Amino acid sequence: MSPAFSYALVGVGLFSIGLYALIVHAHLLRKILAINIMGSGVFLLLIALAKRTGDAQPDAVPHAMVITGIVVAVSATALALTLMLKVAAATGRAELPKEEQE
Amino acid sequence: MEKRHWLLLPLLLTLTAGLGYAVLSLPEHAEGLQHMVSNKMETSGVSNPVTAVLLNFRGYDTLLEMVVLLLALLGVWSLGGAALHHETMPGPILDTLVRLLIPVLILVAAYLLWVGAHAPGGAFQAGSLLGAAGVLLLLTGWRLRAGLAALPLRLMLVAGPGLFVAVAALLYLVEGQLLAYPPAQAAILILLLETVAMLSIGATLAALFSGERPQDKESK
Repeated sequence: MSPAFSYALVGVGLFSIGLYALIVHAHLLRKILAINIMGSGVFLLLIALAKRTGDAQPDAVPHAMVITGIVVAVSATALALTLMLKVAAATGRAELPKEEQE
Repeated sequence: MEKRHWLLLPLLLTLTAGLGYAVLSLPEHAEGLQHMVSNKMETSGVSNPVTAVLLNFRGYDTLLEMVVLLLALLGVWSLGGAALHHETMPGPILDTLVRLLIPVLILVAAYLLWVGAHAPGGAFQAGSLLGAAGVLLLLTGWRLRAGLAALPLRLMLVAGPGLFVAVAALLYLVEGQLLAYPPAQAAILILLLETVAMLSIGATLAALFSGERPQDKESK
């Protein structure tokens, strides 16, 4: 297994850890962080898989996509954080309401 | 909540295993699009393949991304932003440090922009540094003067996507295709677009951090 695949698997792991945190935590800030970690996993996966060219230069297209993705992720995070602050201002808590326990 | 966790973990592990299997079943050796990129490098105007892809071969990606940045900022502004702290005077040490750091950040941003033509770097990296400089200024208590915040800031925010659209339209008229740079002018066009994009990205990131629509300050 080439090192590219080990990095790609780490990316898959990051994605899953992020998804777990996204589901488990009720606090919105933690959810936003979790989505960012999921995104980082995807970026790592893309970068790692771009290096399957052997000794040649890595594929530039996924690299360009990741640069684009990072900036979009940053701006989406800013928007999400503003929404979170609005929720906190309106309800007093930056959390989703707990579901009723059956 | 705890009741559902025992089901969640196996499901997630199954998903992880499935994704991992999908990754491992990919061919060990794949050229991807690198072959196409390196074949076209001479016509791109730059020698860094990532910059060539971002600004030339897939220029519309970058164009749309700048629009996404602007949309995010519009979203933040239309939500009213966060209640922003007022201008504060930083302590003398912090003030000196920031005054030293900001020029360095600007210099490094300019270097990254220039070096992007042939090595890792480019408008996004440079723009993020400018954004970081803006965030640093905001954190240490600097605020944009009201006169600068109204029209000049907005012009800077739209300059990147605006110039991109203008160039795309012009090239559509001249070359018959969106963002198809003539190879002879590609280098200078890319540098021009990147410079303006860098300024817009930096301004947008700093404005996203600030969160407040600049005009609100005057009307209050």
